[in-house]
Amino acid sequence: MFGKLTWDAIPFNQPIPMAASLMVVVVILAILGYTFAKGWWPYLWREWITSVDHKRLGIMYAVLALVMLLRGFTDAIMMRSQQAVAAGGHQGYLPPEHYDQIFSAHGTIMIFFVAMPFVIGLMNFVLPLQLGVRDVAFPVLNSISFWLTCSGALLVNMSLMIGSFARTGWLVYPPLSELAFSPDVGVDYYLWSLQISGVGTLMTGINFVTTILKLRAPGMGYMRMPVFCWTALASNLLIVAAFPVLTATLAMLILDRYLGFHFFTNDGGGSAMMFINLIWIWGHPEVYILVLPAFGVYSEVIATFARKPLFGYRSMVAATLGICLLSFMVWLHHFFTMGAGADVNAFFGVMTMVIAVPTGVKVFNWLFTLYGGRVHFASPVLWSLGFICTFVIGGMTGVLLAIPPADFVLHNSLFLVAHFHNVIIGGVLFGAFAGYMYWFPKAFGFQLNEPLGKASFWCWLIGFYLAFFPLYALGLMGATRRMQHYDNVEWQPLMLVAMLGALVILTGILLIILQLFVSIRQRAKLADRTGDPWQGRTLEWSTASPPPAWNFALLPQVHGTDAYWTMKQAGRATSQPATPPAYEPLEVPRNTPVGVILAFFSVIAGFALIWHIWWLAIIGLIGLAVTALSHAWSVDREMMIPADEVAAFERARASGGGS
Amino acid sequence: MTDLTEQPTHEPQGRPPGVERGGHGSFLTYLTGLGFAIVLTLASFWAAGTNLVWGPAVPVLLAALAVGQMGVHVVFFFNIGSGPDSTNNFLALAFGVFVVGLVVFGSLLIMANLDANMMPSMDQLMKMQR
Amino acid sequence: MSVADTLTNPANEPVGVPYSERGPASIETVASFGFWLFLLSDVVMFSALFAAYAVLQDHVAGGPDGLKLFNRGYVLAETMCLLISSFTCGLCALAIERRATAAFYLWGVITFVLGASFIGLEISEFLRMIREGAAPERSAFLSAFFTLVGCHGLHVSLGLAWLATMMAQVGTLGFRPQIVRRLLCFTLFWHALDIVWIGVFTIVYLGARW
Repeated sequence: MFGKLTWDAIPFNQPIPMAASLMVVVVILAILGYTFAKGWWPYLWREWITSVDHKRLGIMYAVLALVMLLRGFTDAIMMRSQQAVAAGGHQGYLPPEHYDQIFSAHGTIMIFFVAMPFVIGLMNFVLPLQLGVRDVAFPVLNSISFWLTCSGALLVNMSLMIGSFARTGWLVYPPLSELAFSPDVGVDYYLWSLQISGVGTLMTGINFVTTILKLRAPGMGYMRMPVFCWTALASNLLIVAAFPVLTATLAMLILDRYLGFHFFTNDGGGSAMMFINLIWIWGHPEVYILVLPAFGVYSEVIATFARKPLFGYRSMVAATLGICLLSFMVWLHHFFTMGAGADVNAFFGVMTMVIAVPTGVKVFNWLFTLYGGRVHFASPVLWSLGFICTFVIGGMTGVLLAIPPADFVLHNSLFLVAHFHNVIIGGVLFGAFAGYMYWFPKAFGFQLNEPLGKASFWCWLIGFYLAFFPLYALGLMGATRRMQHYDNVEWQPLMLVAMLGALVILTGILLIILQLFVSIRQRAKLADRTGDPWQGRTLEWSTASPPPAWNFALLPQVHGTDAYWTMKQAGRATSQPATPPAYEPLEVPRNTPVGVILAFFSVIAGFALIWHIWWLAIIGLIGLAVTALSHAWSVDREMMIPADEVAAFERARASGGGS
Repeated sequence: MTDLTEQPTHEPQGRPPGVERGGHGSFLTYLTGLGFAIVLTLASFWAAGTNLVWGPAVPVLLAALAVGQMGVHVVFFFNIGSGPDSTNNFLALAFGVFVVGLVVFGSLLIMANLDANMMPSMDQLMKMQR
Repeated sequence: MSVADTLTNPANEPVGVPYSERGPASIETVASFGFWLFLLSDVVMFSALFAAYAVLQDHVAGGPDGLKLFNRGYVLAETMCLLISSFTCGLCALAIERRATAAFYLWGVITFVLGASFIGLEISEFLRMIREGAAPERSAFLSAFFTLVGCHGLHVSLGLAWLATMMAQVGTLGFRPQIVRRLLCFTLFWHALDIVWIGVFTIVYLGARW
């Protein structure tokens, strides 16, 4: 009746997951209770949950990312503390069956439910504003994408309370992930969660590429787009091209596990190596999907705060597109040791080094932008400078690993772990925080508390180096990754330093949370009334903070790069026209619950498939079909904003009052 | 065939995929496409079974015929052109073809390389015995 | 400057303005291009399944191989069904352009019947193979075969469901712009499935000779 699901699925006999699950349940109930008692639910449903506005969705993506950062970081603290004590004969406090789930969940959550939502959220919020248009190409699809991502996140977190998670690492390599060696539901949680959120991500990719290529303000040719839009284009092209491979590969593993197929099994002629080949065809573009938008953030931030146009616009565009193409030609460097032979290894080793060249071009362009500028060291700039130092080091260790003989020694060691955290934290996460602090005033109408922002940055920077540089040394000394305990007690002092680093990063995270609360309390004092708190260069700064639902009352006419800066220089930004322009009624899409309802049924279907509750899975699939069909027959999808409302908003803004 | 003297689209941002130059589809285009496709399909089936073509060349011939058939579909049914009003569509297609080529041929090369260094599998051992 | 001025107006279109600078595209362009990207992503997904098939082609685990199992005549029949349905789908698209309801239904139903015949032939082929002991669990080769060909068949089946839905939508809502956009996306989808089938029958069925 309930498939494999029994009361044993709840970890009554494991104190740590049990305590964590109870805590999560209590917090969720408390939040639900509080918001319900305050009567916020009609507002939340109407304005946020059913919203198809790219700005609202972007904010929700960022909220998801920050919440999941807490979960992923808890896993990190647990791993660091375990490794800090489990030296020599000590076993630490986490048994291997639990530790293996922790590192698998840590990687899965951080990549798919922190980094991806964070960069997608930033792109969602910023792209239409920078392109000078009213919304993305497919607003309803945008909402569906967000809620499907939430479904995936929910399923992964449910594995903490009901059942267990995969013990295979974040990429579920077979044969360990096959049914013979992972008979429990852990791998199934992983597979269905990622298939569901993968659909959402693919739709986002299609949505954003179409937006960038087909929806831009008049006059904004390709070479007049902000560089952030170029990097977003490259990143989303990679999503469209790479995520289908992930879908196919995970589907093949699902078929192996559910129907006894033999794609990757040890028997029946299966080839586990084929999985590793296919998954990394996705996996390498994935990391560029994450880092390219971060590069775009740095381009915007550095140009704005150096008060100079970005150096070398054309070479930036060329480098971005070069990285986009080359990212598809390096994937074998993730499995040099799998035995492809010297010539194949050499080719991919060389290609990996080649891809460092356009990245280097970008770094030099940022440096040349800063040089000769009058740099204002606000917190977004600090994140950018921290990135330049940190990411370059991480990139260099990457080029080191690209040498196959070196990789034979260092593959799957802590050196590798240090390298990829170096580039992901230094590249992606610092960029996400820079974007968060840079665009926060635009999104909410008030700035973030600067001193706390700077303090958080320093904690992250110092904490990162303390946490990960010992791992470089440990890797060179022979320490492998994913160790629940180790025999060599000489490694322990470095593990303790790494633990200290993790605690410093924890402080950085707490400071970001504190910054948010303090800034909300101080929002009247920190209000942004002009819409342009940083003297920005691109079109999003020409709107009010926060922008109205329609973004621009009149689509701007663009004449060059740095469109807003040019408008300001020509005095066009703030001058009042002789006669007020004739505002027309604007068509905007209506809110719709189809996204959250589809996500709801996905969770039902996913959970049912994980636990082999077939009748419930069928109900979930029928629910999805019915929802889709009823949405197909909905015809009243747009609403008109009356011209008076637009005019009133613009008048209020022009007279200097913020709302 | 598409009429090359017709005006390029007035559409901002270029012609959408599926729409012919001039904006109107034509029966003749579809019929011609069908004709070419049938000929090429029958040629493929013939090539796979014939002794007239040198053995090792047959896979190459099949591949060429398949690419030809796909091209017929793309040109006659999808109306994807290479003119300035179709640049986005064409570049997207080129990128897709690039990725497909990498995935299929890259995987084949890599897996063949990996297998070459492995102990022979049961299937291969049995084949060697025959 | 009114909104109307900033949007492209064919009547007073400035000469020599590149396409990229003419402002936002129409919703028809946006919908078609977005769907085109989706089709390309679907083709990439198929390419991963093709790659798996190509690699696992010889991994028969002592069981039957393609040469033994495949029936050329059957495949030719399936191919013709799908190819002609692609043609009739094109005629359906022409009917949609003319807003000719009767012609739309005629060519739509013929397309549906041909597509359903394709699925019927394919299902009977699968059942025959399973009866002969060549089930997907038998070997990696068979797993890859059933998945690749089955995934294509699943897409065709979903396409048939979509076509049926569209015929119902035309009946209830008529040729609104929203419905016409979806119909044109359907035709693109249907043509793309035929393109994938070209790859399937060439590599899987005809390629089994080698």
